[in-house]
Amino acid sequence: MELILALAIGVLTGSGVWLLLRPRTFQVVIGLSLASYAVNLFIFAMGWVRGGAAPVVEAGAAVDFARFADPLPQALALTAIVISFAMTALLLVVLLAARGLTGTDHVDGREPEE
Amino acid sequence: MNGWAAHLVIVPVVLPLAAGALMLLLDERRRRLKAGISLACTLLLIAAAAALLRTADAAAIQAYPLGNWPAPFGIVLVVDRLSALMVLLAAALALAALVFSLARWHRAGPRFHSLVQFLLMGLNGAFLTGDLFNLFVFFELLLAASYGLALHGSGTARVRASLHYITVNLAASLLFLIGAGLMYGVTGTLNMADLALQIPAVAPEDRVLVEAAAAILGVAFLVKAGMWPLGFWLPGTYAAASAPAAALFAILSKVGVYAVLRLWLLFFGAGAGGEPLLIGGMATLVFGLIGVLASQDLARLAGFSLLVSSGTLLAAIGLGDPAMTGAALYYLVVSTLGISAFFLLIELVERAREPGADILAVTAAAFLDPEEDAEPEEEVGVVIPATMALLGLSFACCALLIAGLPPLPGFVAKFALLAALLAPDPVPTAGWALLALLTLSGLAAIIALGRAGVRIFWASQERSVPRVRVIEMAPVAALLLLCLGLTAAAGPAMRYMHDTAQALHAPFGYIEGVLGR
Repeated sequence: MELILALAIGVLTGSGVWLLLRPRTFQVVIGLSLASYAVNLFIFAMGWVRGGAAPVVEAGAAVDFARFADPLPQALALTAIVISFAMTALLLVVLLAARGLTGTDHVDGREPEE
Repeated sequence: MNGWAAHLVIVPVVLPLAAGALMLLLDERRRRLKAGISLACTLLLIAAAAALLRTADAAAIQAYPLGNWPAPFGIVLVVDRLSALMVLLAAALALAALVFSLARWHRAGPRFHSLVQFLLMGLNGAFLTGDLFNLFVFFELLLAASYGLALHGSGTARVRASLHYITVNLAASLLFLIGAGLMYGVTGTLNMADLALQIPAVAPEDRVLVEAAAAILGVAFLVKAGMWPLGFWLPGTYAAASAPAAALFAILSKVGVYAVLRLWLLFFGAGAGGEPLLIGGMATLVFGLIGVLASQDLARLAGFSLLVSSGTLLAAIGLGDPAMTGAALYYLVVSTLGISAFFLLIELVERAREPGADILAVTAAAFLDPEEDAEPEEEVGVVIPATMALLGLSFACCALLIAGLPPLPGFVAKFALLAALLAPDPVPTAGWALLALLTLSGLAAIIALGRAGVRIFWASQERSVPRVRVIEMAPVAALLLLCLGLTAAAGPAMRYMHDTAQALHAPFGYIEGVLGR
């Protein structure tokens, strides 16, 4: 379980960083999205990976914390998802504006000279 | 602290949020109403920030638990001297930028006033919060508003610069999240005061994880502060932004410096890890001063002086000496006000000049035509129009401020920095290096600004007097007068900064104030 999660985070981060360094704006947007998925998974993993455990404790009952998942990283990941979604949408708008104004999808707004 | 006064802490966050949201509902054509709401809100913010500053200076730390959950479980807002000072500075800059924008800029694009208020909300929240993840949320809020403001007025140059700005900051935000997540994974808390208690107690085998988390967080903050080699995005973006937006952005890079100052001293104390800040700060200084000298246009020059200011601050903080930190805080206030005024002034000055005149200013020095020096005799007695005289005076004041020459407080700040550098006996090598760089950066600023000033105000051949309205000149003058006031009141101001620095370097008071033990 940990191995699969770690591999997934690694592959997503690697692809994200590679795409982020590419010269086309759309690749950059996809790269940022992939990297933000990796970061969300990473935050989630920081609360320990535990199968079949609920994050909510029953009121009044004696609690064995080893059987419960940490709710805080889940809340953090949720916040991070919302924010990165909004920012990606904004970046897409700017991408389209840049494409319209400069006539190219290169990140510098002009094609490199051959 | 009881009754309504206790809720003053939340005012700097809630008030701009309410005002900004209200203005979203109003039609774009009701500009007078929007301007009125925006100005009233900013004036109230200044009053609230001044009240916070007075209580922070008199009493101990004031913690405000949101949702009334006790710290460290709930999120707290914390007012101490540093956060109160930053909130007041942000509000003052916002007022100047808003008044300036009323002349023409607020009509250049939709939702300008709402964006400014949301930016203020994000700034104030970031300065006041006592929770690491909440800091991230407020960072994102202020960045989202700043993306809108960077694009304000549209145009190819702004869109192109904003694309870089947004991408760099989104990548930095991802680093922030990784750092915060890792910090939580190791210590099990996100409350800054609680983190300060937990970090020394971390098991030795996990210590490296805490340090990695702190380093990743540091990179995220230093991208915002514009430290070399993370700050290449800064001059281009700020030069492309509209004048009031750029004036507000002058404090954005200081948010990164603020976060480094607060978290580094809280988590690790001044003893460990200052060298990267010192070296990075000095590298930023060198990069900034070369940029200042090489800049072809004024807006880029201002952007590079912002880098010089960031570099000075980071290097001064990195030395980890309370006296140095106090002087650096005074420098922070003065340089932010000065550069903000300079961004506003540039737009007024540029109106008079045809595009491309700046390029000539630098290249003409190398390829000067000797014929050009033969001035006709009649021009000797030409009267400089009042507008140009006023602009020239303000330009000279900005130059003195940025270069750090008397009688403006840039000199007091530089003097305090140099005095604190020379205080230890013997002065360390790093101290001498920083001293040389500070002096050189002042020299570079005065050369570059002097060259630009002479070209614009004295040597321009076909000069048209720009149409400048009082409402545009007033904020520049007000910011400069505020600086002059800081020279006159340098004693009390320095006392406040030193108290702030002492409290930052001995954070027991902060931890006690937040956790109540």
